[in-house]
Amino acid sequence: MENTINTQVRANSEPQPSGNSELLLQLKDVSVSYSPEKKAVLNVSADIYSNTVTAIMGPSGCGKSTLLRAINRMHELYPNIKTEGEILLKGENVLDMNPMKVRRMAGMVFQRPNPFPTMSIYDNVLAGYSLNNIKLNKQEKDEIVETTLRGVALWDEVKDSMTKKGSFLSGGQQQRLCIARALALKPELLLMDEPTSALDPISTNRIEELILDLKQQYTIVIVTHNMSQAARISDNSMFMYLGELVEYDSTKKMFTKPKEKRTEDYLTGAFG
Amino acid sequence: MSSTLQYRRAKDKVFLCVVCILSSLTMIPLFLILWELLKKGYKQINLSLFTEVAPSSMDAMLARISNEPIPGGILNGLSGTILMLAMAIVMSIPVGILSGIYLAEHKDSKFSSVVRSLTDLLQGVPSIVVGVVVYAWVVRPMHSYSAFAGSVSLAIMMLPMIIRSTEESMKMVPGTLKEAGLALGASYSTIILRILLPAAFGGLFTGSLLAICRVMGETAPLLLTALGASAVNLNVTEPTSAIPLLIWEFYNDPNLANLVWTTSLLLLVFVLVINIIAKNIAKKWKIQ
Amino acid sequence: MKDKLFKYLLFGASCLILLLSGGIIYALVSSSFEVFSHFGFFNFIQSTEWDSQHEKFGALPFISGTVLTSVLALLFCIPFAFSIALFNGEYFKGTKVAAVVSSVVDLLAGIPSIVFGLWGFYVLRPFMVDLGINAQGFGVLLSSIVLAIMIIPYASSLSTEFISVVPNELKEAAYSLGATNLEVIRTVSIPFAGSGIFASFILALGRALGETMAVTMLIGNTNNIPKNLADTGNTMASIIANQFGEASGLKLSSLIAMGLLLFVLTAIINLIAKYIMKLVNK
Repeated sequence: MENTINTQVRANSEPQPSGNSELLLQLKDVSVSYSPEKKAVLNVSADIYSNTVTAIMGPSGCGKSTLLRAINRMHELYPNIKTEGEILLKGENVLDMNPMKVRRMAGMVFQRPNPFPTMSIYDNVLAGYSLNNIKLNKQEKDEIVETTLRGVALWDEVKDSMTKKGSFLSGGQQQRLCIARALALKPELLLMDEPTSALDPISTNRIEELILDLKQQYTIVIVTHNMSQAARISDNSMFMYLGELVEYDSTKKMFTKPKEKRTEDYLTGAFG
Repeated sequence: MSSTLQYRRAKDKVFLCVVCILSSLTMIPLFLILWELLKKGYKQINLSLFTEVAPSSMDAMLARISNEPIPGGILNGLSGTILMLAMAIVMSIPVGILSGIYLAEHKDSKFSSVVRSLTDLLQGVPSIVVGVVVYAWVVRPMHSYSAFAGSVSLAIMMLPMIIRSTEESMKMVPGTLKEAGLALGASYSTIILRILLPAAFGGLFTGSLLAICRVMGETAPLLLTALGASAVNLNVTEPTSAIPLLIWEFYNDPNLANLVWTTSLLLLVFVLVINIIAKNIAKKWKIQ
Repeated sequence: MKDKLFKYLLFGASCLILLLSGGIIYALVSSSFEVFSHFGFFNFIQSTEWDSQHEKFGALPFISGTVLTSVLALLFCIPFAFSIALFNGEYFKGTKVAAVVSSVVDLLAGIPSIVFGLWGFYVLRPFMVDLGINAQGFGVLLSSIVLAIMIIPYASSLSTEFISVVPNELKEAAYSLGATNLEVIRTVSIPFAGSGIFASFILALGRALGETMAVTMLIGNTNNIPKNLADTGNTMASIIANQFGEASGLKLSSLIAMGLLLFVLTAIINLIAKYIMKLVNK
C-alpha cells in the first residue's frame, strides 16, 4: 500500500522525468508541526528526479525551509518539532533510517556560510569524514580535497593556503567551501537553504553557475526567496504558501502559465 | 540667565574632576601594595627559596640576630599549592565543563534554571564556609587534615566559575555550526566535543585560568582543611602546606616576618601574571 | 548509544551541582543542630557571651561585627566604585584610558585577601595609630577601609556594565535639550541604570560579609560588640578562622553554626541582588 506510488492522489500536476533521470526523492503527505496546533508544513507530496535542480519558493514563513530541513531530519535538534508522512530517498523512508546515515546521503548548505572556525580549509573539506570517524590515508585525503575543491571552483584560489582557517576566506569563498564540505561525502542529494542570501551579487552569480554545473553529478533542492534566481537555475519549481504546496511544475511552465491564482499573485509581486 | 548657565557648566566640570580624582585614587592601592612587597621582599629572593622548606622559628631567630638573611625557602608551600591545585583542577574542570555544556544546551529547561541559580549560590558562598563544610565532609570522617580536603575546598570554589564561563562561551558559538555538523552526519557527542567545544575553547581556557588564579591565594578554607606542614608532603591524606598558609605562618611568627614579604610578592606576581595572560587570551579570542 | 552515554554524563555533572548544594546545607545544618537544640536558635543569635571555659556561646557580637564592618565598607566604597563606573561607562567609555583603569581595577580584585591583610597590618595600621584612633590601630575602621578597597572592583565592574548600556538615543535627547554632562547622568543614566547599580553594590556587600583573612588580621579579635569605629571586634568569618583549629565539642559546633548563619546571610544578600538584576534585565 505504502509503496504503490501510482495510487497516491495529487492535487497538482508534477514534472515528468526526462532523459536518463530517475526518481530519487519522494515526499508523501509530509507534515511538520512545531506544536499540536501549529503546523508549518501541511501534507506535502512531490517526486523529485535525479540530476535536476528543484527550487522551493514562497513568501517568508511559508514553510519552505522547514520542508527542506525535514528531508535530512534536521528538526530532531528540537524535540518539540514532529515530522509526519513519508520521505523516500532511493525508495527508503528516511524517517525510519539512522539519522546520521540520512544526513550523509543528503548534504546541506546553509543561509550563512559556516565553515568550522577551528579547522583549516583542508580540514573543513574533510570534516564529514573526520567527524564520522572515517579513517583516510594522506593520499586519499589529498585527492578528495583537490577534486572537491576543483568541483566548486575554489581550488585555484586556495591551493596555497590550505592550512589557513576557513574564516580567512571571503563570504562567497566560504560558502563554496561549505558546498565542498557537503560534497566531499559524495551525497545523493544536496539541500541548499537560501545559500546566497548573505552574499553579494558577484558571489551569488558564481554560486549559481556552480549549481548549474553541479547538476551533472548531483540532485539539488534549493530554497530561495528570490524568484529570478529560481527562474535562472532551476528545472522544476515548487511554490509553497502557508505550509501548503500550492503548485509544483517545471519552472518554465510555472513562470509562464501558472495554474493557481496564488502562484500567479506571488510571481507578479502581489504579495511576498 | 548666563550666570545660571555658567553655574551649571561649573558644576559639571567640578563633578567630572571629582570623578577623575576618585577614580585615580582607586588605582593607588594596587601600586602601593606592589611597591611595599617589592621593597621589603626582594632581598630574600634567591634560589634556596625554591629548593628549601620553610625554616624553623629558631633558625630564623639566629639568622636575624647575626643579621644574615633568613635561611630556607618555601618549597613545602610551593609543592603543596601545586599538588592541591592540580587535584582541584582534575576534580572541578571536567565536571564544570560538562555541566556548563548542559546548561548551554538546555537553555530554557526548569532543571537548568535551578542548576544555574545553585551555581550562583555556590559562587557566593564565603570561602571560610567552604572550609567549614569540607572539614565536616572530609576532615572529620578521615580524622586528619589533608591535601585531599584542601583540594576539595579549592575545587568547590572553582566549580561555579568554570560552569559559568563554559556556559557563556558555548552560547557565543553560532548555532549554525551545530547544524553544519549535524548535516554532515556527525553524532551529538562528536558535534559537541569536536566542533562546539574547540570553538569555545578560548573563553573556557580564560575562565579556567581565572578560576585557578582566584583560588591560588585562598587561605581561609585551607586553614580548616589542609592545615599546613613543615616538610614537603606529597601524600594526599596528610596535612600539607601551601603558599598562602606559609604567609599566614610567617605573619604569626615575628622571627619569620622577613620571609612574609618575599612569599607574598611571589604569590602576587603569580596571580597577577596569570590574570594578565588570561585576559590577553580572552581579548585575542574575541578578535577572531 | 555513545550519544546517550554522553547526554547522561552532561546531566549527571549538572546533578552533581544539586548534590553539592544539598550537601553543603546538610553538613552545615546537621553539625550546628546540637548548638541550636542546646542553646535555642534565638538565644544563640541573641547572646553576647563567648565563654569557652563555661561552654556558653552566643553569636551576637560576631553578627554585629560582620554587619558593621561590611556596611561601613560598602559606604566607603560607594563614591569610589561609582566614580569608576562613571569614568569607564560614561565619560571615557571605550577609550584606552578606560581600558587601563578597568584592568588595574580588575587586578586589584586578583590580590589575595591575605596580602591585603598584610598590607593593612604593616602600612595602614600605623596610620591609624598616628591618627590616634586607638593605641594599636586594630579595629572596625581599619578593617572596613581595607574591605572597602577589596570590594571596589566587584561593585565597579558590574555598575560599569549597567551604565554603559544606557541607550545613546536617550542621552542624545537630553543633550539636544541643552543638558550638561552631569545633568544627563542625573536625569537619564542614573534613573535608567539605577537598579542595576544598586544590585551591584548589594553583591559587593555580599562579598564583604564573607571576607575572612584580611579582616581576621585587622579587626583586633575581641569577642565584644563593637560600640564605635575605633573599637575592636570579631566577625563571623574571623572568629571561625581564629578559633576553629583549637575548637572541639560544643565550641566547634557553635563555630559551624556561625558558618551556617554566615552562609544564610550571604545567600539572602546575593539572592536579593540577583532578583533585582532579573527585574532589570526584563
